[in-house]
Amino acid sequence: MSVPRTGPALTIAVVYPDLLGTYGDGGNGTVLVKRAAWRGFEVDLVDAVSDRPLPKADLYCLGGGEDGPQVRAAESLRSDGTLAREVASGAVVLAVCAGYQLLGRTFPDGRGRPCPGLGLLDVTTRKGRDRRAVGEVVATCDRSEPGRYHSLPLPTLTGFENHSGLTTVGRGACPLARVVVGVGNGDDERTEGAWAGRVIGSYLHGPLLARNPVLADLLLSWALGRVDGGTVELDPLDDAPEGALREERLSAAEPSFGTRPLTWGARRFLPGFRQI
Amino acid sequence: MASGALRLSNHLSRALGRGQGTVAGGRVGLALDPGLLGELAAGRRMALVSGTNGKTTTTALLAAAVSGECGPVASNTTGANMPAGHVSALAEAPEAQLAVLEVDEGYLEQLIIETRPRVVVLLNLSRDQLDRISEVRMLAEGWRRALAPSGGAGGSLELPMVVANADDPLVVHAARTAPEVRWVGAGQVWRLDAVGCPACGDQISYASDGTWGCDRCDLARPQPDVWFEEETVVTASGERLPCHLLLPGRFNRANAVVAAVAAVELAETSLEEALGRIERVEQVAGRFSTARRPGGTVRLVLAKNPAGWTAVLDLLDESRSAPAPVVLAVNSRMADGLDTSWLWDVAFERLVDRAAVVTGDRRLDLAVRLRYAGVEHVVVDDPLSALDRGIELALHRSLDRDDGGAPAQPGRALSSPVDCIANSTAFAELRSRL
Repeated sequence: MSVPRTGPALTIAVVYPDLLGTYGDGGNGTVLVKRAAWRGFEVDLVDAVSDRPLPKADLYCLGGGEDGPQVRAAESLRSDGTLAREVASGAVVLAVCAGYQLLGRTFPDGRGRPCPGLGLLDVTTRKGRDRRAVGEVVATCDRSEPGRYHSLPLPTLTGFENHSGLTTVGRGACPLARVVVGVGNGDDERTEGAWAGRVIGSYLHGPLLARNPVLADLLLSWALGRVDGGTVELDPLDDAPEGALREERLSAAEPSFGTRPLTWGARRFLPGFRQI
Repeated sequence: MASGALRLSNHLSRALGRGQGTVAGGRVGLALDPGLLGELAAGRRMALVSGTNGKTTTTALLAAAVSGECGPVASNTTGANMPAGHVSALAEAPEAQLAVLEVDEGYLEQLIIETRPRVVVLLNLSRDQLDRISEVRMLAEGWRRALAPSGGAGGSLELPMVVANADDPLVVHAARTAPEVRWVGAGQVWRLDAVGCPACGDQISYASDGTWGCDRCDLARPQPDVWFEEETVVTASGERLPCHLLLPGRFNRANAVVAAVAAVELAETSLEEALGRIERVEQVAGRFSTARRPGGTVRLVLAKNPAGWTAVLDLLDESRSAPAPVVLAVNSRMADGLDTSWLWDVAFERLVDRAAVVTGDRRLDLAVRLRYAGVEHVVVDDPLSALDRGIELALHRSLDRDDGGAPAQPGRALSSPVDCIANSTAFAELRSRL
C-alpha cells in the first residue's frame, strides 16, 4: 500500500519526556514518526509531558529515567488512567528500561523498596544483587516453545543496557528475546524484555528502534492496523544506514561478551549465536 | 617521599612519551600515601571548579584571573580532573600559594573533604556519560552533603565560599545549604534534567524572564549577585563592566563571569581586574583553536553531551555567515561514555540547511541520527580526511553562492574556517594529529 491515504492520522505519544527522557529513548518516537511519514502516512508526534493529562494515542513510547522520576511517572500514569484504557482498546506500547519496569506488577524505588507498577505487562522487577548491568547487548528472537516462548518475527536485537533491575517474566507475558551478550532481564534463562498483546518492554537503549528498524515497523503495522481496523503491510524502506550500524554494533558487542564472559568453547554451544 | 616519587613518575611518563605525565605520577603518589592530596593542599588557597560543562575553560579562566596576584598558580590544565591529576598538579608546583583545580563531578565531595578549599565553583549539572557517572540527582545530593555546615566541609574552621550558577535548579539545590554563596546568573539553556524539582520531586516552572521555582516547595532561583547582559557584566550593586572576550559564544561569557566572581573570592582581586585578565585568554586546551589544511582552515569545537552540543549549535546560529557544512566526530571510548543514545537528545534537525561530514568511531550512529533528522551527510572513516571533505564541501557551497552555480575554481580558499564539532576523545585525537 504505497498510496498516501487521507484517513485518520496516526498519533504517537512519547510519554513523560520530562520524567522518562534521561537515556535518549525519545529517539524511538522520532524513528517511528519518520518511518511512517516516509511511507506517506499522516502522523502526529506528541510530547506528552507529565503535568498534563495523557492524550489518547495509537502508539505510546516510554523511556528510561532516574529512580525518583520513575516512581512519579508510575503514580501519574495510574491516577491519569488513560494509558491503561487505551491499551485495553488496542493501543500499542513500547517501553524501555524504567518505562518497561513500571509497566509491570512491581518495580524497585531508589532504595530498593517495591513500588506498585501499572500491571500492563506480567513482569516483576526487583533490585539486582550484583553491580549495575552496563554495556552492549545482543539478543535473539528465535525461540518458540508452547506455553513459554513465542517469538515475534524479529531479527537479532542490538542495544545498550544500563540498569540494576532483575526482571522476572510471568505466565501472562513472553520474553522478548534471549540474551547472547549482556544481561537483559538478569534471570537464569537469560531472557531480555517481555511482550504480551501489543505491549513490548525492553531494557535496550540505542535507541532501540534506531538500531532495530524491523521492530519499529512491527509496532507501526500494529498501530496502523488499529487505526484502519485491519492489518497493514508496510512498504520496505532502504535501511542501508541502519544495516551498516547493526553490523558494526553486533560485531563490536561480540568479543567482550558482556558482563558474563564465556570461553570460546562455551560460545560455540550457545544456540542461536551463529545467527547473529 | 610520595611527592618526590610522583614527580619522578611524571617525568618518566613524559620522557618515555607515554602520556602528558599527569596521571601516572599521581597514581604512584596516592598509592604510596593515600593522604597525599590533603598534605599537598595544606596551606594553599584553593579553588575547586566542577560541573558537567565548562569546567576546563572556567578553571583556565580563573587561573588566568588570579595569576600575578600571589605568584604562580597550581592547576590541572590538561583536564586530568580526578585525584591522581590533582595530586600531580599540586606536587608539580610546590611553591604555588594559589591552586585552581578542575574536579570531576563525581569526585567533588571527596575533594572538598580532603582539600578544604576556600572557594568551590558549581557550574551546572546535566546528563553525561550515564554508563560511568551517576545520574544528575545523585551528583547534586553528593555536592549538597559536602557543602552543608554539618557535612564534609563543616569540619573545617573556614567554610568554603560557594560560587554557584543561580540558573540551574540542581546547582541551587546543592549550594543553598552552604552558609556563604555568591550567586551568578550564568544561564542554563538545557532544562530537561531539571524539570522535576531536585528537592521535593514536584515540577519546576520556568518563566519567560529566566526565573524559575518549584510548584510545591521553596526551591526557586536566587537573586543573582552578578550576571551578564550581552557583553556587559552587571552586579546587584549596580556596577556595569564591559566584557569583550576573545573566546566565542554565550556559554564562554557565562564561564568568564563565574571565573571572575571566583577570582574575587580567591585572591582579593577586583572584578574589573579579573575580567581584564580573562578577556585576553585566546583559547583553552585547544578548544576553538584553528588549524590550516589544504584548501582552508578548520576550527575545533568540543562538545561532550547533549547540553554541550546544544550550546555549540547555538554558537553556530550566532555566526552571521551563511550556513556552512560542519564536520561531526563522535567516539564512545571510556572518557566519552560508551552509550551514544544521547545523540537523539540533540536537535541535529537544526543542521538541515548545512551538509555534514560524519566521522569518529560512532560515525554510523551519527549517520542514522542525521538520516532521521533530514540532514544531508557523508560518512568519512578517517577523521583528518573528514576535515578535508568538509572544506571541500564548504568551498563548493561558497562558490555556488557567489557565482550562481558556476563550476568550482581551483586555487580559491575559504574565507572562514569549517567547524568540526567533536566529543572528548575524538577531539583529542584530531588535536594531536593536526
